[in-house]
Amino acid sequence: MTPESGGVMASRAPGTDREQKILGIIETARGKRSRFRDEHINMAHGAGGRATQSLVEGMFAPAFASASLLELADAGAVEVDGVGLALTTDAYVVKPLRFPGGSIGELAVNGTVNDLAVSGARPLALTLSLVLEEGMAADELRLEVDAIAAAAVDADAQIVAGDTKVVERGHADGMYICTSGIGRRDPRACLSPGRLAPGDRILLSGSIGEHGTAIMLARGEFDLAASIESDTRSLWPAVDALLQAVGPELRCMRDATRGGVASVLNELARSSSVAMLVREADVPVQPAVAGASEILGIDPLYVANEGKLVAFVAPDAVDRALSALRAVEGCEAATEIGEVRAEPPGMVLMQTGFGGRRVLDQLVGDPLPRIC
Amino acid sequence: MKYVDEFRDAALGRALAGEILGQLEPGRHYKMMEVCGGHTHSIYKYGIDDLLPANVELVHGPGCPVCVIPMGRVDDGIGVALQEGVIFTCFGDMLRVPGSNGSLLDAKAQGADIRMVYSPLDALRIARQNPNREVVFFAIGFETTAPSTALTLKRARAEGIENFSCMCSHVTIVPPLRALLESPDLRLDGFIGPGHVSTVVGARPFEFIPADYAKPVVIAGFEPLDILQAIAMILRQLAEGRCEVENQYTRVVPYEGNERALEVMAEVFELRPHFEWRGLGFISHSGLRLSEAYADLDAERRFSVPGVRVADPKACQCGEVLKGVIKPWECKVFGTACTPERPIGTCMVSSEGACAAYYNYGRFAREREVV
Repeated sequence: MTPESGGVMASRAPGTDREQKILGIIETARGKRSRFRDEHINMAHGAGGRATQSLVEGMFAPAFASASLLELADAGAVEVDGVGLALTTDAYVVKPLRFPGGSIGELAVNGTVNDLAVSGARPLALTLSLVLEEGMAADELRLEVDAIAAAAVDADAQIVAGDTKVVERGHADGMYICTSGIGRRDPRACLSPGRLAPGDRILLSGSIGEHGTAIMLARGEFDLAASIESDTRSLWPAVDALLQAVGPELRCMRDATRGGVASVLNELARSSSVAMLVREADVPVQPAVAGASEILGIDPLYVANEGKLVAFVAPDAVDRALSALRAVEGCEAATEIGEVRAEPPGMVLMQTGFGGRRVLDQLVGDPLPRIC
Repeated sequence: MKYVDEFRDAALGRALAGEILGQLEPGRHYKMMEVCGGHTHSIYKYGIDDLLPANVELVHGPGCPVCVIPMGRVDDGIGVALQEGVIFTCFGDMLRVPGSNGSLLDAKAQGADIRMVYSPLDALRIARQNPNREVVFFAIGFETTAPSTALTLKRARAEGIENFSCMCSHVTIVPPLRALLESPDLRLDGFIGPGHVSTVVGARPFEFIPADYAKPVVIAGFEPLDILQAIAMILRQLAEGRCEVENQYTRVVPYEGNERALEVMAEVFELRPHFEWRGLGFISHSGLRLSEAYADLDAERRFSVPGVRVADPKACQCGEVLKGVIKPWECKVFGTACTPERPIGTCMVSSEGACAAYYNYGRFAREREVV
C-alpha cells in the first residue's frame, strides 16, 4: 500500500508449475522479433504502435539488414571519409493541409529536421519531393511552398534538390510531401539507446498532445471547437542547448511524434532492456488538450507532437539540462517526468495522478475512441 | 479540469483506501465483480487495483458491449459492409473486434466503406449527405446507448430518410448477470453495478441480486473516487451483514431510471428470443432487435443478413474466467491458441479483459500486501 516503496512490480513469488510454464511461453513469444503476419495493410500499420513495429521489424529490417537500420533510430548514421553524417527521410500525409498552428509544408521541413536533431546532428540540407493532386489550386501550392521556404530558413537547412509528380484527381488528398535530410553529427553528442542506465532521468521539452489534437479537431469530424495549435517547430535549438549544457551526460533523445510520448518510451525500454517509471502528474498537458482528450476518450500520452523531444540524462545533469532547455523558445515548460529503472525490463510503468500504478503499454492499433 | 479533477483527488483516494483496509476481516479473500467495461477501463487507467490490498480482488465482468459481440455477428456486419453502395458506420472500438476472418478494420483495408461515428446521429447525417448510398449503423451497447439509437431511428422515420438502416446488436444487462449468478460455482462476494446503464434502467432491476442471490450491489460512477467508494460500500455491507442495492452514483442515477428513455426503447425495440454472447453462449431475452413498427429500417431485413453462427472454440473458458472459477492461465487455450494478437474469447478481445491484462502484465503484477 505504499506507492513510493521500492522494487516496482517485483516478480511474483513462484506460483503453480502450470502458471510458470504459461508465463514462460508468453515470455518466449514476447522476446521474439515481431513477425509480420497480416494479410493486408491497415491504418494501424501507420499508427506507430505494435502493428508498425511488426511491419518494420518483420518485413523491412530483415530485407534491408544494415547495422544502422537495425537500431531503428530516427536517422541513420553514415560516415564519409571520417566525417560523421546522419541521414533521414519522411513522408507527410496530413488532412487537412492547413491546420491551426501550421501546415503540411512547415511540418515536412520541421519533421525531418527534428529526426536529424534528436540524433545529435546539425541539419545541413534537405531534398523535397512533391506529389500533387490534379486540380489543386495554384494559390494553395504557393502557400505551402512559402511555408517550406520559411521553415527551411528558420532551421538553417537549405533545400538542395527536389522532384514533382502529379497524380489524378481523387488521389493524394491535395498533396503529399516527402523530404530527406542530411546533417552533420555534432562532436558533443554521444547518443545511443544502449547508454540508458537505471537512475537516468526522463525529461520532456514541453506540454504534449497539441499537434495530434489540433489535427483531429481541424478535420471537423467532431463538433468540437477549441483553441489548440500544432506545436510544429525545429528542435535543433533545444538539442544544441542540451548538448552545450550537459554534453555526454545526455544519453539519448527521441522526438515524440506519431504514437506520442508513450510509444517513444516503450520503444526505448524494449530496445535497451530497461524499465521506465513515468509520473503522470508531472507530464504537462494544456487544459484545452486535456479537455478534448477527455471528451474523445484518448490519452494525450499517445497523441502526436511535432515539436517536443524526450531526453534521457544522467541524474546529476537534470538541473543544468532543464535550465538550458527552458531558455529555448518553445521549451519553457520543459520538465522531468520520470526515470529509468532496471526492473521489469522492457516495460513502462506509470504512477497515475490518482496514486495507483499501471503499465503504460504500447499502442496496439490506431488510437480508437471508446464507446464505454 | 473543473468538475473532473475533484473526482480524481489523490488525497481523498488515500483516505478511501484506508477506509477499505478498516472494513476487512483478517484472512478473508474478497472477490467482487465490476460489471461494466467502463469501470474496468477506469480501474486500469488510474491504477485503482494497485491501491487495494491483495485480498480484495476485482473480477472484470461481462459489461464490455464490444467484446461480447460474437464472431458470427461481426462476420454478418462485414458481409453487409462489403455490399455494393453501402456505407457501414459504427463506434470506433468495434472496428478492431475479430470475426472468424478478420475485423471491420481489415474489411475497411480491403475496400469496404466503413466509417467511425461518435453517435448514431452522425450516421444519420452521413445518410442525409449521401442520398444515393445505403447507410447502415451497426448499433451496439447496453441500455446506455440503446435510447440514442432509438431516437435516431425515430428521427429517420420523421424525416423520411430511406437510405438509412440499423443493424441492431444492442444487449441488455440483467440476463447475463442472472446467467452468471445461476452458476453453482460462482465465487463472488458482491457487484459494482453499472453506472451508465443505471441512468437509463434505474436501480430497481438489480434488486433481484440481493433478494434472490444474497449478494450486495453498489451502483457506481466512473471516476476513481466513485469506484473506491463503491468498493468501500460493498465491504461495509459485508462487514455489517447487510445485503442490498445501494446507489453511490446518486448525482446521475435516479432509482426509477429514465422513463422517457425506457419508453422510446419499448417503442423501437423488442427482445430477441435469444442472443449469442462471445464466451457466454446463448442467453435468452438478452438482445434487442427492431420492433415490427420499425422493420423497414432494420438492416437485417433489408440486406438479408445470413445470421452466421461461428461457434466459440470449445476449449475457450471465458465463462469460467468471468465467474471467477478459474484464473486466466488455467484456461486450456490461454497463451497458446488465444493471444492478444489472435484472441478467441471475450476476455482476450478487449485489452482490458481479464485474460489480455494477465497476458500483458501477469509476470509483473506487483506483490500487494495481504491484510
